[in-house]
Amino acid sequence: MARSTTKDAQDLFRALWSAYSSTPTNLKIIDVYVAFAVFTALIQVAYVALVGSFPFNSFLSGVLSCIGTAVLAVCLRIQVNKENKEFKDLAPERAFADFVLCNLVLHLVIMNFLG
Amino acid sequence: MAVTDAANGGGGTTTTSIRHAFGNVLALFILLLIGVLAFSIRLFSVIKYESVIHEFDPYFNYRVTQFLTKNGIYDFWNWFDDRTWYPLGRVIGGTVYPGLTLTAGTLWWLLNSLNIPLSVETVCVFTAPIFSAFASWATYLLTKEVKGTGAGLTAAVILAMVPSYISRSVAGSYDNEAVAIFALIFTFYLYIKTLNTGSLFYATLNSIAYFYMVCSWGGYTFIINLIPMHVLLCIVTGRYSPRLYIAYAPLVILGTLLAALVPVVGFNAVMTSEHFASFLVFIIIHVVALVYYIKGILSPKMFRVAMALVVSLGLAVCCAMIAVLIAVVASSPTKGWSGRSLSLLDPTYASKYIPIIASVSEHQPPTWPSYFMDINVLAFLVPAGIIACFSPLSDASSFVVLYIVTSVYFSGVMVRLMLVLAPAACIMSGIALSQAFDVFTRSIKFQLPSLSDGSHADAGDASSESVVHNDTVKADKSEDTSKERTSKKSRKKEKEPVEKPLSKSQIKKRLLVLPLETSIIAILLLVLLGAFYVVHSVWAAAEAYSAPSIVLTSHTHDGLHVFDDFREAYAWLSHNTEVDDKVASWWDYGYQTTAMANRTVIVDNNTWNNTHIATVGTAMSSPEKAAWEIFNSLDVKYVLVVFGGLVGYPSDDINKFLWMVRIGGGVFPHIKEPDYLRDGQYRIDSMATPTMLNCLMYKLSYYRFVETDGKAFDRVRRTEIGKKHIKLTHFEEVFTTHHWMVRIYKLKPPKNRIRGKAKKSKSKASSKTTSKRKGPKRNPF
Repeated sequence: MARSTTKDAQDLFRALWSAYSSTPTNLKIIDVYVAFAVFTALIQVAYVALVGSFPFNSFLSGVLSCIGTAVLAVCLRIQVNKENKEFKDLAPERAFADFVLCNLVLHLVIMNFLG
Repeated sequence: MAVTDAANGGGGTTTTSIRHAFGNVLALFILLLIGVLAFSIRLFSVIKYESVIHEFDPYFNYRVTQFLTKNGIYDFWNWFDDRTWYPLGRVIGGTVYPGLTLTAGTLWWLLNSLNIPLSVETVCVFTAPIFSAFASWATYLLTKEVKGTGAGLTAAVILAMVPSYISRSVAGSYDNEAVAIFALIFTFYLYIKTLNTGSLFYATLNSIAYFYMVCSWGGYTFIINLIPMHVLLCIVTGRYSPRLYIAYAPLVILGTLLAALVPVVGFNAVMTSEHFASFLVFIIIHVVALVYYIKGILSPKMFRVAMALVVSLGLAVCCAMIAVLIAVVASSPTKGWSGRSLSLLDPTYASKYIPIIASVSEHQPPTWPSYFMDINVLAFLVPAGIIACFSPLSDASSFVVLYIVTSVYFSGVMVRLMLVLAPAACIMSGIALSQAFDVFTRSIKFQLPSLSDGSHADAGDASSESVVHNDTVKADKSEDTSKERTSKKSRKKEKEPVEKPLSKSQIKKRLLVLPLETSIIAILLLVLLGAFYVVHSVWAAAEAYSAPSIVLTSHTHDGLHVFDDFREAYAWLSHNTEVDDKVASWWDYGYQTTAMANRTVIVDNNTWNNTHIATVGTAMSSPEKAAWEIFNSLDVKYVLVVFGGLVGYPSDDINKFLWMVRIGGGVFPHIKEPDYLRDGQYRIDSMATPTMLNCLMYKLSYYRFVETDGKAFDRVRRTEIGKKHIKLTHFEEVFTTHHWMVRIYKLKPPKNRIRGKAKKSKSKASSKTTSKRKGPKRNPF
C-alpha cells in the first residue's frame, strides 16, 4: 500500500514536472517571481515567530506587500496566459500596465503603513 | 426604449448606431434628471424650517468638520478633545470615522478656493443630498452591470426616492450614512464590473472605493463579509473562473491594508472576527485556483491520483490549522466579535449584556409597518426581481440576490439597517419593473399592425435578448391565464416568418407575447403603481422625515407654534457661564451641548465608556446629597435636564429615566430598578415609590412645576405628579426655557460653616477621626 502510494507520488511528480516544463518562458518568469515573493513572506513570518511582532504595523505591511505582489503577479499570469480563452482579446501590454498600476497603489499604501 | 428611425430600409447598422447614440443621450439626460430629483426631494426640511443641522450625531460631525476647516488636517488627525467625557477626554483622531468630515472639508475647501464663500454649516447641511444624487448614479451603474440600461435607470429613479434612504440623508442630516451608502453601492458596482470584465484596473479602483467605505462607516464589515460569501457561493456552485480570482484576491490584500490605514480600524482589520471570513475565503480560493490549474495541466488519470494523495494530506493540515484558529478565537470572551456585530448575529445579546446598545432606539428590531413605510411598493416588487435574476443566472445577478437576502435578515434585527436594505430592494425592483415593461411594450409593438412592418429591425434586435417572465408578471397583474397561453401559441406562429430572415443570435429564445389589451392595461397599472410610490415617497420626505428634532412645531388652533427651547438653552449656557464650566446631562445631549453651547460635558452620544455613563445615571437616580457628591467629584457646575411635561414632548428625561436606572444599576449595585417601580409599573404620580419621589431626576424635572397650573398635571404621563412642593437643598435653578423643555440647575457650593446640631456631630466625629473616615466623604465609587 505504501509502496504504491510512493510510486503514485513519483508518477504524479514526474507528470507534473513534464506538464509544467511545457509552459512558455514568460509565464515561468512570473512563477519564479511569485515563488520569491512568497518565500520572502515566509522569512518574515519566521522572523516574527522568533523575535516577536513589535512593531506590528511594519510586520503587517511587510508580509502583506509580499503576498500582495504575489497575488498581483498571479493575476498578471492569468491575463497573459495564451490558453485562457476569456482574456484572448486583452493585449498583454494592457495587462502589464494594470499590473504596474495596482502595484503602485499597493506600494504607496505599504510606504504609508510601514511606520 | 428609443424611438424607431424613419429610414428603416437602409443600412441596418447606421440606424442601429444612430438609435444607440440617441439612446445613450436620452439615458444621460434621464440620469441628470434623476440626480436633480434625488437632490431636491431632500430639501423639504430646509424649506419648512431652516438650513440647520438635525438630531444629535450630526452636531458632533459638524463640530469635527469645523475643527478640520479651521486647523487643517494634521491637527485633525492628532486632535485630543478635552471638552467631552470630562475628565477622560476623547481621542478624536483615533475614534472617528473620518470619511464624512474629510469629504465635507474637501468640498468646503474646493468651493472656497473657487471663491464661492459657502459657510461650513451650509456645506455640511447639503452634503447628504449631493451624495444621494451620486448614490443613485452608482445604482444605475450597478444595475446596468447586472441587467442592462433600462433596469439601471429604473433602479436609479427608485433609489432617488426611497423613503428609507431619505430618512437618513435629508438636507441637514449630516451623518455617516450620507456618504457611506454611496460608497457601498459604488464599491459593489466596481466589484461586479471587475467580475464581469476581469480587468485588474477595476480591481484597483474597487480597493480604493472600499477604502473610502472603511473611512466612512462602521458598516463596512458588511462588504468584507458579503463579498467573501459571494465568492464562496460562486465556487460552490461551480462558477469559479479566473475573473473571480482577479476580482477577489487583490481586494482582500489591498482592502485589508487600506482598512488598517484608517486609525479607527487599525489592527482590528486583521484581528477581529469580522474580517476572518475574508481571510478564510482567500485561502479557499487559492486552493481552488491551484486545483483548477493542476486539473488543466494533468491528464485525468494522474489528476485522480493527485486528488487522492492531496486530499489525505491536506485534510490533516487543514484540521490542525482550524483547531488552532478555534482555540485562539474561543479564548476571547466575545469570540473576537465586537458588541454591535454580536448583537446583529444574536439579537438578544445586547439586551442581556450591554444595556446601552439595547437602549438606542435605532437598534431595536423594526415593526412590520415600518417595512411598508420605508420601502413601500418595493416590498412586493423584490420577489419578482429575485425571480428575474435567475433567468439567466450570472455571477452579477447571484451577487445581487445574496445581497438582498442578507440585508433582509439584518434589517429584521435592527431598524437602522433598513438603510442597507434600501439599495438592494431598489435594484431588485428596478430589474423587475424593467423586465415587466420590456414584456408589455414588446407585446404591444408586435401587435400594432402599422409598426410591425417597420419594426423588422426591432424584432431582430429584440430576439437576441432575454426571455420574458410571464409568470412573475402574471402573478402581479394577471387577468386571464388560459386565454393568454393559447393566444401566445398563435402569435408565435405568426411571428416566426418575420424573425427568420433577421435572426442573428445563436440562441433563439421563444418570445412570449401577451394580448394587446392586457399589455396596455398592465402598463397603465404599473404606471399607477409607480405613481403610488412617488406620492408616498414625497409625503414621507415632506412630513415624516424632515423634522430637524432640534426645532419642534405644532399646529394649534391659533396657527403654527414653534418650540426652539433647545437652542435657547444652549445659547443661555454659552452666554451666561464660564468657558471652562462643566455641564452634566444625559448622554443624548452631549454632542449638541459641545457643538452649540461650547461647554465641556461629562458624557456624550459616543457612549464608549459605560462606567462613566453609569456614574451619571447613578447620580440622576440618587437622592440630592449623594448626587451632589458625585457631581462635585466630577467638577460639574451645571446640570441640564429635559422635561416635556408642560407641552407634551414625549422624549424627555423622565421617560428615559428607567434606562438611567438600568445602566447605573449595571455598574453600581446599590441602584436597584425595583426600588423605582410600584408593582412593576413605572409611575410618577402619588403612587410612586419614595425612592422615585426623592431622586434627583424627579426633583429637577418637577421643581416648581406646580406653579404652572396649580395642579402639576404632567401632559406626557397624563397624571398629576406625586410630590408637588419640592425643596432643593443642594441645587439651585438658574434657567428654564420658555416651554419648560430644558431646565438648567447649578450646584450649590458647599457650606462655609456647619452650624447647629451638625457641629455637635462634627465634634463627636473629630474625636474618632481615624476610624470613621467614611462619614462626610462618602464616595459612591
